[in-house]
Amino acid sequence: MSGQGSREAIFPTRMNLTLTKQRLKGAQTGHSLLAKKRDALMNRFRAILRKVDEAKRLMGRVLQLASFSLAEVTYATGGEIGYQVQESVRQASYTVRAKSENVSGVMLPAFEGVRSKEGNARSDIQFADFNLTGLSRGGQQVQKCRETYVKAVGTLVELASLQTAFMILDEVIKATNRRVNAIEHVVIPRLENTVAYINSELDEMDREEFFRLKKIQGKKKRDTEEADAEADAKAELAAANAAREAEAGTPSRKETENPDDGVGGGDAGGRDMLDQNKDEDVIF
Amino acid sequence: MSSAQNAKDRTLIAVIGDEDSITGLLLAGIGHINPQNKKNFLIVDAKTPTTVIDAAFQEFTERPDIAILLINQHIADKIRGTVDRYQAAFPALLEIPSKDFPYDPEKDSVLKRVQKLRGD
Repeated sequence: MSGQGSREAIFPTRMNLTLTKQRLKGAQTGHSLLAKKRDALMNRFRAILRKVDEAKRLMGRVLQLASFSLAEVTYATGGEIGYQVQESVRQASYTVRAKSENVSGVMLPAFEGVRSKEGNARSDIQFADFNLTGLSRGGQQVQKCRETYVKAVGTLVELASLQTAFMILDEVIKATNRRVNAIEHVVIPRLENTVAYINSELDEMDREEFFRLKKIQGKKKRDTEEADAEADAKAELAAANAAREAEAGTPSRKETENPDDGVGGGDAGGRDMLDQNKDEDVIF
Repeated sequence: MSSAQNAKDRTLIAVIGDEDSITGLLLAGIGHINPQNKKNFLIVDAKTPTTVIDAAFQEFTERPDIAILLINQHIADKIRGTVDRYQAAFPALLEIPSKDFPYDPEKDSVLKRVQKLRGD
């Protein structure tokens, strides 16, 4: 029933009914669009999920290799180069650049490793003194190690962009899901309730109006009937009166002229009780 | 989108790691010292207190020029609570294996979420 469930606080008019129906239609369209968006994002998300998993495992192997090459360097240079390396740091030669990719309205960043030319040259100079470090082509070992690490960092950057995309997609999917559910379970039932409420109110008003009309019609009918009946009765009475008068015109007058008007009564007051109705059987 | 705009300025890779990992990554050329004399890497050894690691983690995650933060897994374990709480997209947080500690996918905070979402 319309009385149950939440509904919009609006008056049940025909205009509001139209408006609410339009809003309901809009909500349904929005719901299907959002559901499509969610499906598209989910598709993408699953692909990324698989890739993240693979890349994480790959990274483990790549970094292990890199660690080995560093160990070789340590062996070849016959000591710690860490301190020197740390001291020679000035400016990053390996940086990342962010691009963004649009997946159904969501900007997904993608990092891209960039080795700047001048930075590279500078780090070549920076690390030039390692070329002559240690024994048995130590410098070459250092160069090799550098290349290995650059590759490893490339893998890491790729993984990072996958992971960032994963995080953002996760967030967006959650938000989209919330919206889809809100529309499905709150907005649409609410609008449906409102439409039902307005419809029932309008029906109720229709019925009331009909009843009122019927009532008025009945009253009018009764009034006219009464009036007719009265008129009839009047006419009948009048007719009856007339008829009675017409029929009993003389006797009535006779009756009214009571002969016994007392002493000195009667016509011209001369008539006496003894005067009238002379007894015929009395023979005088 | 603001996050995409934000991402454009982020160019550096920061590291929290043991000496070997950092040496290797610095050889690759990710090291940077900015005009305020702040490094983008932190070397952690057995004697480094957790508070220092935590502070560095906070600093690197709040700096606007860092795109990726690499952290050795065994160091991430020391500040696991902070790492697991970290949910932001930028900078991307990556746990990397170190020489002495092989990579354990079970501990990775992101992989944990991945596994949970895949339902296995």
